[in-house]
Formats: sequence, structure tokens, C-alpha cells
Amino acid sequence: MPINYYIILAVALFSIGVAGVLTRRNAIIIFMCVELMLNAVNLLLVAFSKMHAANAMAVNPSAIVGTEAQLFVFFIMVVAAAEVSVGLAIIVMMYRNIHSVDVNFLNRLKH
Amino acid sequence: MSITEILFWFLSALALGGALMMVTSKNPVYSVLWLVVVFFAISGHYILLNAQFLAVVNIIVYAGAIMVLFLFVIMLMNMNADNEPQKNKWLKIAGAVAGGSLMLVFVAALRQTETLQAQLVNMGGEAGLIKTLGKTLFTDYVLPFEISSVLFLSAMVGAVVIGKKGD
Repeated sequence: MPINYYIILAVALFSIGVAGVLTRRNAIIIFMCVELMLNAVNLLLVAFSKMHAANAMAVNPSAIVGTEAQLFVFFIMVVAAAEVSVGLAIIVMMYRNIHSVDVNFLNRLKH
Repeated sequence: MSITEILFWFLSALALGGALMMVTSKNPVYSVLWLVVVFFAISGHYILLNAQFLAVVNIIVYAGAIMVLFLFVIMLMNMNADNEPQKNKWLKIAGAVAGGSLMLVFVAALRQTETLQAQLVNMGGEAGLIKTLGKTLFTDYVLPFEISSVLFLSAMVGAVVIGKKGD
């Protein structure tokens, strides 16, 4: 499997996430699109780690490489989970105050 | 066509279709369910890429916990397609065009590079097993691991403080 395919898949998923952030006005959907973008980047990291491991194994068959990038993905997941908990709390708070999750009404900082 | 390629194309189609349906569906509950489909497809990709531990973590954390949290919040707010925020049609077209052009730029920038022709050879690597990952995690990366536990604690406290009723 050439790595180009994985890169194009990750780019497509990331672009769908960007388009979702730009088109949808629902704060929760926007948040989910951010999650989609994070996952696209994670997939790309894992694909690159596999490529790196395959290259290193061709030189030294007993080497175990590629664990660092997977741990990096693991830490990204940890931070994303923390981010989701705080973000959903903020959205619930916002809904409690203005009874809507429409980001068009969230321009209070302008006035 | 080998079994790996068939699986790759199937999972890619599933991920892209799920992502498109997630962005376009009117009802937020359906969006969450399509996002779960995308996460399962990405977990399948992780298994294809010899990252078994990440595949399991992805299913448990994302498809399980986080999506249940999203679904819970959506149900709590009692949202459905009726009270979906009204949006401008031109805005939708502009967003789709912007996302498409971003993808075009990325693909055009990456298409020409030669080093990208590297192949992902399929071999039974041990890199993704929990044994090797855990060994690295608890020796070289033990400090970031502990710091992430502090981050989790502060995020939990912050969520409780933000979500607390009354001042």
C-alpha cells in the first residue's frame, strides 16, 4: 500500500472537517467536526509511523521502532478527551444562558 | 487485489461516506451516529497499520465514551431537525467550496513529492502491541503520562466548575 493513499484519505477527512466547521451553525456539530479533524491527523501519524518502522526494519530486522508516534497519538487522544469534557461543559452552560447552540447568536463579544 | 487493499478501499469508503453524512445530516443525533461509523472505520485502519492498541483505545474512548457524551448532551438539549439553526444557503456553498479548495491545495502540494512513493510493507510488527507500547510509555514517557493525569484532573474540576448551577 503506498503511503500516498493514506495521506490523501487523511487530507480528505480533514477537509470534510474544515468544511463542516465552516458550514454548520450548530456548536455541537462544529465540535464534532473538530474531533474528525483530530482523528484525520492521528491516522496520518500512525501511517507515517508504520512507514518509518518498515524502513527501519529493512535495515535492522530486530529493531522495534514506530512506538513513539503511536504514543504521540495516544497523548493526542488523552488531550482530546480532556478538551471534550470542558468543551461540552461550556456548550451546556451556553445553552443554559441563551437557550440555543446557534453560533450566530454567539457574537456577544462584539458589543 | 490483495485482502489488504480490499480492506483499505472498503474502510476508506466507509470513513469518507460517514464523514460526509455526518456533516450533511440535519438531525444532530444522526450526525453522532455517523461519526461513530467514521471512528470504527479509522479503528479498522489502525489495525491494518499494525496499531492494535490504538485501535482498541479509539473504539473505547472515541466511539464509546466521547460519542456517548455527545449524544447525552444532544438529548439533554432536546435538539432535533426542527430547531436546527437556520443558515444561509450561500454560506453552505461557500463553506463547501472552501473545504474543497483546501483539499485541492493539499493534494496538489503532496502529489509531486518523490519520497512519498514509499511503500507500507505489511509485516507482523510488534510496535503496536500493548507490551512494547507500555514499555516505552512507562520508561521514556512516564513524565508526560503523569502530567496528562494532572491535565485530566484539572479538566474534570474545570468541567464541574463551569457546569455548576448558580454562582
